[in-house]
Amino acid sequence: MTQPETTETANTVSLTIDGSPVEVRPDATLLEACRQMGTEVPTLCYLETLTPVNVCRICVVEVERNRTLVPACSRIAEEGMVVKTDSERVRHSRKMILEFLGSSVDLSAAEDEVGEWMEQYQADPARYGPQSEPTAAGERGRRHPGHHGEVNGRTAEGVHQPTKVDNTLYVRDYSRCILCYKCVEACGIDAQGTYAIAVAGRGFDARISTEMDLPLGDGACVFCGNCIGVCPTGALMFRSEWELRRAELWDPDAQSVTRTVCSYCGVGCNLELHTQDNRIVKVTSPQDHDVTSGHLCIKGRFGYDYVQNLGDVDRSSIDEVLAAARRPAPE
Amino acid sequence: MDLRFTDAQPTAAEREAVESVIGPARVDSHQRVRTASNLRIFAKGMQSVADRRHLLLPALEAVQSEIGWVSEGALMHICRELSVPPAEAWGVATFYSLISVDPSPPVVLHVCDDIVCRRVGALELMEGLEANGQTPNTRWLPSPCLGQCDRAPAAYIQRAGEDDQVLVSIDPRTRPIGPDGSVVAANGQQESPAAPQAGQAHLRILRRVGTVNPRSLDSYLAAGGYRALEEAVEMGPAAVVAEVKASNLRGRGGAAFPAWIKWEAVANSPEPVRYLICNADESEPGTFKDRVLMEDDPFSVIEAMTISGYAIGARKGYLYIRGEYPLATRRLRSAIHQARDAGLLGESTRNGVSFDIDLRRGQGAYICGEETALMNSIEGLRGEPRNKPPFPTVSGLFGKPTVINNVETLCNVLDIVADGGSNFASVGTPQSTGPKLFCLSGSVRRPGTYEVEFGATLGDLIELAGGLPEGRRLRAILLGGAAGSFVLPDLLEMPLTFEAASEAGVSLGSGVIMAFDQHTDFGDILARIAAFFRDETCGQCVPCRVGTVRVEEALARIRRDPQPGDLELIEEIDLAMRDASICGLGHTAAIALRSALELGLLE
Amino acid sequence: MDDAEVVILWGSNARAAHPIFFHRIIRAVRRGATLFCVDPRRSESSEWADLWLGIDVGSDIALSNAVAREILANGLENREFIERATLHFGEYAQSVEEWTLERGEEVTGVPAAAIRSLAHTYAKADRAQLCWTLGITEHHNATDNVLALINLALLCGHVGRYGSGLVPLRGQNNVQGGGDMGAIPNKFPGFQDVESDEIRGRFEAAWKASVPPRKGLHLTQMFEAMEEGHLRGLYVIGENPAESEADVNRARGLLEGLDFIVAQDIFLTRTAQMADVVFPAAADWCEAEGTVTSSERRVQRVRPALRPPGEARTDSHIICSLATAMGHDWGLPAAEEVWDEMRSLSPMHGGMSYRRLEENGGLQWPCYDEDHPGELFLHSRLWADPPGGPLAPFTPVEWVPPVDRLTEDYPVRLTTGRHLDSYNTGVQSGSLKSPIRIGGTIDISPEDCSEWGVSEGEEVRVTSRRGSITVPARVDESLRPGLVFMSLHFPEEVDINQLTIEAWDPKSGTAEFKATAVRVEKMPAPVG
Ligand SMILES: Cc1cc2nc3c(=O)[nH]c(=O)nc-3n(C[C@H](O)[C@H](O)[C@H](O)COP(=O)(O)O)c2cc1C
Ligand code: SF4
Ligand code: SF4
Ligand code: SF4
Ligand code: FES
Ligand code: FES
Repeated sequence: MTQPETTETANTVSLTIDGSPVEVRPDATLLEACRQMGTEVPTLCYLETLTPVNVCRICVVEVERNRTLVPACSRIAEEGMVVKTDSERVRHSRKMILEFLGSSVDLSAAEDEVGEWMEQYQADPARYGPQSEPTAAGERGRRHPGHHGEVNGRTAEGVHQPTKVDNTLYVRDYSRCILCYKCVEACGIDAQGTYAIAVAGRGFDARISTEMDLPLGDGACVFCGNCIGVCPTGALMFRSEWELRRAELWDPDAQSVTRTVCSYCGVGCNLELHTQDNRIVKVTSPQDHDVTSGHLCIKGRFGYDYVQNLGDVDRSSIDEVLAAARRPAPE
Repeated sequence: MDLRFTDAQPTAAEREAVESVIGPARVDSHQRVRTASNLRIFAKGMQSVADRRHLLLPALEAVQSEIGWVSEGALMHICRELSVPPAEAWGVATFYSLISVDPSPPVVLHVCDDIVCRRVGALELMEGLEANGQTPNTRWLPSPCLGQCDRAPAAYIQRAGEDDQVLVSIDPRTRPIGPDGSVVAANGQQESPAAPQAGQAHLRILRRVGTVNPRSLDSYLAAGGYRALEEAVEMGPAAVVAEVKASNLRGRGGAAFPAWIKWEAVANSPEPVRYLICNADESEPGTFKDRVLMEDDPFSVIEAMTISGYAIGARKGYLYIRGEYPLATRRLRSAIHQARDAGLLGESTRNGVSFDIDLRRGQGAYICGEETALMNSIEGLRGEPRNKPPFPTVSGLFGKPTVINNVETLCNVLDIVADGGSNFASVGTPQSTGPKLFCLSGSVRRPGTYEVEFGATLGDLIELAGGLPEGRRLRAILLGGAAGSFVLPDLLEMPLTFEAASEAGVSLGSGVIMAFDQHTDFGDILARIAAFFRDETCGQCVPCRVGTVRVEEALARIRRDPQPGDLELIEEIDLAMRDASICGLGHTAAIALRSALELGLLE
Repeated sequence: MDDAEVVILWGSNARAAHPIFFHRIIRAVRRGATLFCVDPRRSESSEWADLWLGIDVGSDIALSNAVAREILANGLENREFIERATLHFGEYAQSVEEWTLERGEEVTGVPAAAIRSLAHTYAKADRAQLCWTLGITEHHNATDNVLALINLALLCGHVGRYGSGLVPLRGQNNVQGGGDMGAIPNKFPGFQDVESDEIRGRFEAAWKASVPPRKGLHLTQMFEAMEEGHLRGLYVIGENPAESEADVNRARGLLEGLDFIVAQDIFLTRTAQMADVVFPAAADWCEAEGTVTSSERRVQRVRPALRPPGEARTDSHIICSLATAMGHDWGLPAAEEVWDEMRSLSPMHGGMSYRRLEENGGLQWPCYDEDHPGELFLHSRLWADPPGGPLAPFTPVEWVPPVDRLTEDYPVRLTTGRHLDSYNTGVQSGSLKSPIRIGGTIDISPEDCSEWGVSEGEEVRVTSRRGSITVPARVDESLRPGLVFMSLHFPEEVDINQLTIEAWDPKSGTAEFKATAVRVEKMPAPVG
């Protein structure tokens, strides 16, 4: 009686990936099929714990008898499919997507793989010309759909803009946002159910926004930080990390990650404490942990300060910076 | 859901506008109405939240059209009433270019500066407006194609609290509206166009245009209206589907997909709840044929939808019409009411058919013509296309099996039912059956909607439209719309059939035939097309969101100072957009541009 | 939980108090589960419910009895399960007989139709979960409240099956673990009875020491013992009774009268300030090795990420050093050694080696040996044929109104709870710079606010039979007239426990936090 009864339906689906046959369970995606056989497929907007939105298109593969490429992350495997994951067309599209992102977004804090793919696919974002000037604070948030300014082609238009620092816990640097929708899903339908943020605007002006572009604290946000937990580009960042980066003290090599259990309520959420110089600098939760699926609440995510906001006891080099993070606005 | 709203409250007028479409306030809304019982028990499941979401766009539209813009108070009121998270409602409101979330004057003029209009005075018109400045009562904005290319230049006027209006054949040397927002007399107020061929005996699909009174059900009935529905009921649903199959009717909305395949799939679906959608979003630049049908023969659209709904077993149909078509909207609304009153539409009609129609207005988003974006738009989500599969026939509107067809496609069903599918199939060619509407515009003497049998050549149609004006030579034709491609006069002999077009590597698209003469500044036209796609992409997928911008930038460079590699770059971008984008917009966004460059039109 | 058809959150605002657990409820609701919330307030959780039942504070037993009566009256009980796996059904059925829907409505304030709907939906579901928290247990009759809910689950057979069960949500990360490990007055680790000679013998043999053969005192009894003068010294580890006790004025007085207090804490709490000796402790969850047990009985490892500050040491280090100083050289055993000794004595933890806890991301007890996977649900034995172990007894429980009666002088019911970003007495969450903090307020319904002429932010006087405080008012739409709410988190700003009542549940020792009678008064306008 410890497991639900599973109803056996159709057993498996067979398909061919890069010339090799593979059998997968009936509702498996092509991505799962590829992973099952150890074939790497890059992904940006996909996460096991979220509903696939298939918008970044970096995962596209070629499927015989399909006019266009298909997103591996959401396409369900079908009997007899013949899939190519590394054809000329696939490589071209991936390269272009990386160039499109690289030429419009600041990817310097993105997950490490992004840089590796850039090399692997020989993406050259610079060929679209120099970056356009960053927009003024709030400007992108007010753009009206269906209209845009003069285009002269001398620069490659990007989404660069000042970081939104409107609270003590985390910052939103939408210069780094690739619009992968992960934060929206984590905040809304797939985990937190708070719906504090959504995609607003249209086209190149589409952006992640609160209602009326309000500061986070004035909207529905409950500061669970689940959006930070899924953001692949560093657009959403702990205030502590952001302050340390600004002070050039952020040092991943000097950091360690310790898995422990949250000290607050009795649910038993697992935490990964990222520490540097005997200070917690950010908190994540393991995505594969079945209590949290990577999600936490404000207490688990941000409620650690009491063990290190110690006044003069053991003052360490980064305490000044962390103290700055406790102030509402940056200096 | 434990939603959070700001404290902003609506004005009485805003409240009333919202109530007019979603009904009176309900105790189970997030208004937290405090009745004695509400303080003790409160029943509201996720289902009742989901059931109201589709009212979001109509509510926003109601406020926009009554007040002229959607304030924070109005937005919060709608959110509380419909239990929509404010951030999501904001995301929806800011998706549509006809909805303003900033304070706006009561009159807003959307001046078309798209391909056709910009060549016949729209630019001058805008210069004049610019020189006059914006006034406290009016504002103007440039707009993409308004579907009035046969009467360019055109403008669409949003009027707070009053009926919207369209101005056509505007004299560019005048001010079309005065500082108070009133229309200056010299300018063409829109009337029904009546196609140039109106009244000709051989017409099938246009036969009632200009001959019946579009405001009168009796007039429609007198012209043989609703006989097809009677026939359909006699035949039974399966036979109707069989006739459509025999007719080999292919979609007129752009993709030329056989209608019967969708109908059959939905008719045979195990799922009892099904929907029919009539796609009347008609926003492809250069396209205006559906407008002619809707304005001048609205009852046939309603009857055709009823037959289709009956055949596929749908009890509910949605007619999604672009917001910039106020006249067609009024006529269709009136037609729907008249049909209901006459027992020809609704829960149980005289024919025993149970089918009703909900008319939804788009709010300025070309992408909402894409079938799945349109469904999301109806559902109260952002008009972002869905990845396919699953196809709408399996999981369409509200996740139910759905047939979506273009207005013209559906209107053909009347004759198919009345005359039989095989009769229909005997017209045209085996693969392109029946009559077809084409939208002729640009450098032709008599722009307008023309009906021909499939098989007529490109040259025949230019001829029908009177050929080019004095002294003009045909330089190129944009075939199929902004999502189509440019062709040279050497294709004038090409029959306009799906198969011939496909062989020539082009597409008939939505039936656009836009003629350009030797004086055309193709650089300017291409820049407008590139800007169009960049403005109209929904923005969800990377190849299209960024690709359309990079194409526009590359084109700007080419126009200024072509460098080796520029063309190749556009090709590379196009390839990725075609291969990796989610929907047809991305797939086709660079095609016209590339064709023009390859044909040397820029040289 | 994800696959439950019906979920009842009873006296639990999990949305705020157990947010990650609530994610699972959201998931279940998305998949079509019906959610009921029983809560005096229309809380954040209630906003997600298909039906919220706004009961009167302290009428939980009345409601559950009425639900049971309705189930029985319609023959919706699970006869088969009752017959094979339970005891005392007849007695129980008898006891709820008088609880007609009408009576239920009269006592709970919830319309009969809503009680009926909950009863029918719960009874008819294939898989139903019944969850509760402090709303249920912080009452003078806490144990009875829980028993009343267990009765309901037994009645419908909603225990010990996939997707069906009883889910007590613990308020603190290791309350469960504290109990498991014998940090309760009458048990050894693994809930083994102190007063059993056989069990005590095993522990004495292992510890090579004798253990007093009688159970100790629980917290409330300790304060009574202080009052009577039997208890003269206190060693307080990680507790803050000078702030967290109900009727805190009395508690502080008694603590002050003690001869000697040792406090061991990571903070210099109010209790620590009163202590004669303070041992600065390390924060167990991030500065020490060890285990904690979550509400679902999952034992998980915690690990040190930080070195403790200054002279702080881990709790086990302090205790062992203390033992050494007292003449028993315990050395400084590693946490794993202590754990291994414990599991050699507690059968239900027997299989939980550190290695296995690591590999499995925690294990749920009982886990008897190293091949045992741990149990996903308790009580699945009740479904075995024949049911393994003792049958599950129904326990008739009688509804008793809250001790602190509403009268003309104290006409308003004050209840307590938590806000999302705060926690208990706030010593931990206090330094979290939360952008959404609602400070210490008294939350009042809009109707009462206008009746009393009180507006948002205005200081009001709140008076109970025990004390009186002033506190800013906050208009709260989740409340109905006659019901006010305060959170527990801000003892420095608002000393709510001055108001609460010291009546306690004789069975579990929990005090009544949830139902205080008060009056709220507008402050006199300043003169001049
Ligand atoms: C960007 C885009 C815009 C579209 N706009 C329209 C439109 O305005 N009207 C229309 O009928 N079809 C439009 N379509 C085609 C529809 O997606 C769909 O194919 C059509 O409604 C199906 O009807 P049919 O088979 O009768 O042509 C558009 C497609 C795309 C990709
Ligand atoms: S912190 Fe939580 S509530 Fe706030 S935006 Fe992120 S996911 Fe949403
Ligand atoms: S903020 Fe991060 S998670 Fe959100 S859309 Fe942008 S890149 Fe994705
Ligand atoms: S191709 Fe363009 S319009 Fe279509 S989904 Fe992608 S971004 Fe949106
Ligand atoms: S990972 Fe598949 S589309 Fe983004
Ligand atoms: S209406 Fe202006 S281009 Fe079509």
